[in-house]
Amino acid sequence: MIWIKAAQLAPSYPIVIQIETIATDSMADAPLPHPLGAATDDAPLYAPRKQIYPQAVKGRYRTIKWVVLAVTLGIYYFLPFIRWDRGPNAPDQAILVDLANSRFYFFFIEIWPQEVYYITGLLVLAALTLFLMNAVAGRVWCGYLCPQTVWTDLFYAVERWVEGDRRERMRHDRGKLTLSVLGRKSLKHFIWLVIAWWTGGAWVLYFADAPTLVYELATFQASFHAYLWIGILTFTTYTLAGFMREQVCTYMCPWPRIQAALTDEYALNVTYRYDRGEPRGSVKKNEALKLQGLPAGDCIDCNQCVAVCPTGVDIRKGLQLDCIQCGLCMDACDNVMDKIGRPQGLIAYDTDMNVQARIEGRPEVRRIVRPRTLFYAGLIALVGAVMIASLAMRQNLYLSVMHDRNPLFVRLSDGSIRNGFTIRIANKNLDARRYALTIEGLAEAKVDVVGGEIDQRGRAIVAVGPDQTLEARVLVTDTASTDADSTALRFVLTDLATGDTASTIDHFKAP
Amino acid sequence: MAHDNKEQVDAITGVTTTGHSWDDIQELNNPLPRWWLWTFYASIAWAIAYCIAYPAWPLVSSYTKGALGWQSREAVVADLDALKQQRSGMTTKLADASLEEIRRDPEMFAFARAQGKAAFGDNCAPCHGAGGAGAKGYPNLNDDDWLWGGSLVQIEHTIRHGARSTSDQGHSGTMPAFGRDGMLKREEISHAADYVRSLSGLSTDKSTNLSAGAKVFAENCAACHGDKGQGNLELGAPNLSDKIWLFGSDKATIVEGLMNGRGGVMPTWHGRLDDTTIKALTLYVHSLGGDQRP
Repeated sequence: MIWIKAAQLAPSYPIVIQIETIATDSMADAPLPHPLGAATDDAPLYAPRKQIYPQAVKGRYRTIKWVVLAVTLGIYYFLPFIRWDRGPNAPDQAILVDLANSRFYFFFIEIWPQEVYYITGLLVLAALTLFLMNAVAGRVWCGYLCPQTVWTDLFYAVERWVEGDRRERMRHDRGKLTLSVLGRKSLKHFIWLVIAWWTGGAWVLYFADAPTLVYELATFQASFHAYLWIGILTFTTYTLAGFMREQVCTYMCPWPRIQAALTDEYALNVTYRYDRGEPRGSVKKNEALKLQGLPAGDCIDCNQCVAVCPTGVDIRKGLQLDCIQCGLCMDACDNVMDKIGRPQGLIAYDTDMNVQARIEGRPEVRRIVRPRTLFYAGLIALVGAVMIASLAMRQNLYLSVMHDRNPLFVRLSDGSIRNGFTIRIANKNLDARRYALTIEGLAEAKVDVVGGEIDQRGRAIVAVGPDQTLEARVLVTDTASTDADSTALRFVLTDLATGDTASTIDHFKAP
Repeated sequence: MAHDNKEQVDAITGVTTTGHSWDDIQELNNPLPRWWLWTFYASIAWAIAYCIAYPAWPLVSSYTKGALGWQSREAVVADLDALKQQRSGMTTKLADASLEEIRRDPEMFAFARAQGKAAFGDNCAPCHGAGGAGAKGYPNLNDDDWLWGGSLVQIEHTIRHGARSTSDQGHSGTMPAFGRDGMLKREEISHAADYVRSLSGLSTDKSTNLSAGAKVFAENCAACHGDKGQGNLELGAPNLSDKIWLFGSDKATIVEGLMNGRGGVMPTWHGRLDDTTIKALTLYVHSLGGDQRP
């Protein structure tokens, strides 16, 4: 495992160096911060996991997290049940991934497989939004919105509700396994499994008609694949949120590494304001120091910030990879500051640059609007505009033409020249349509659709079923002898019902 | 790089380093998390179990068969059977329907064309070309000139029984070797060749005697190719008055045909391809340029 120190990655970035001074000043007698104790000759090959027992906490950020949890899980679990009327030939589920018919429905949008670039656009938007969030306030995604965080938070809530808070859980795990403890633990795992099962259950609802599938699942009539996917997601949810937890963020997820490379000194982060907190000491000791005119900080070293942390880090050591910036340490510290009558915000959204500025007596700099954020916001607006424009201009009729490769042309018995084409018509309407196929560019030429018909005006007519594509062979015969060995040809397809047209260009080849 | 064996401890994190330094960046020697190590061991166990369960190791003349007895060949056969099973509904429909019925039904027609295209690539393309464009002596199937007829029924008969093939029901009739067998003199052949070219409006030698050629044609060729050289589907005698030439329209090629005769072979596919495939092939070939002219 390679961890390269932030200071070495970006020498101008001062965080780690400053932390070091604090650490050596105030924690000379404390054990080394790293839990692994690997500084000896016989270092173990593996690191035993440090069990984390986050303590319950109340406060502003905890409330935000509860709201985000309720909203995001609500969306996830109930979205498939929202109906959206599309008419008789299409499903009425607002969001549906119809794998059997290769269609993706999203409210008023219906996406065909060849339009997967909309998904690409959506992913680009998601990435840029992530970058923007990061540029404004660091790991907002990790702390509040990431499914791993949300589900782990929910699982911790269940654990706390069934087994009790931090101290009780620690006692349970250290003490004997009594019947009561066993009962509580069993209940906890049972609830976890139910939540995990629901997670997998909601997932499959996005791939079939939700009410029907719920009925089929309940009566054991659903397909094997549905149960298999529920099983897989039950397993992953139970394992990742119940057991792996912060290990996912620390070891598995690539985002902390990418995030560290993308961030800059202006990005707000959950920051321990060591300019105000250090040197730390008990309330009484620091009051006494202050009276003597000696330096004394506001941090009373109560360790509450560490106790509530779901990843077990000490925020006072500064920015670190394991910290998901969920903000719970801010709540814990604010509560303590309230109790001892000191101002809130010893741990707050701030930058190390500002901490340093206050130490040196320079003014603070807060720049949310800066080239980086403007750039990301601009890119988001641009990609969003392109997406909206392309969706608005999306046609329900699509025509593609492919010229025969072999032979390029064929001479008929009367000497005229014929070219063969394969056309593909996509009718994205939800009813059957009839289309007239005509060509521009060759005045004398005749168009035939193999298997099609000819109307009274001599146009080739093709019928395409609702929400379907049709591949047909088209023969273009030019009776006039063209001199050019290649003539540009426009195929025009006209919807007989609406008059909508789609056209594409190909060539007519002659000897 | 100078390297002493002393433990080097990183001052900030208190973790030993590997002792390597690149541009003053050092590598911390953090141990792996325990679960990661378990995953690693589990992967090794899985690999060993996999080698036992499935074919894995090459031996001198064989290989380890694996405890489960899985074989890629059997898997392919199973896949093909599944495919056949999946297509069986459509295949049955195709087998029961007449050619005309299939052509009128868009769904069946599309299926038959797709299946026919694949069968064409496997069986017909070597002579007729991937797109049915033909070659010298091998008819172009995209044009409107059909030696044995371009209707669905005629095309099916030609595919099924062939021409000058081993089948009793196949088309027969050959272009005799007028020159080699001494039926016509060189001079007569030259006149006939010029006359044939004139039938479709091609230029002729100024010195040639077209009326002599016409006489030779009427006495020797018209029986099969018709009075005006319009051809005969029954005998597979090409139309000599159109713009399409199976072997070529220059005089030397025509003389060569008259001297040595012609007789390209289309094999019989009856018995080699099943009925449904022959039907599909018929519809595919017909869609290339069939039915345009009698």
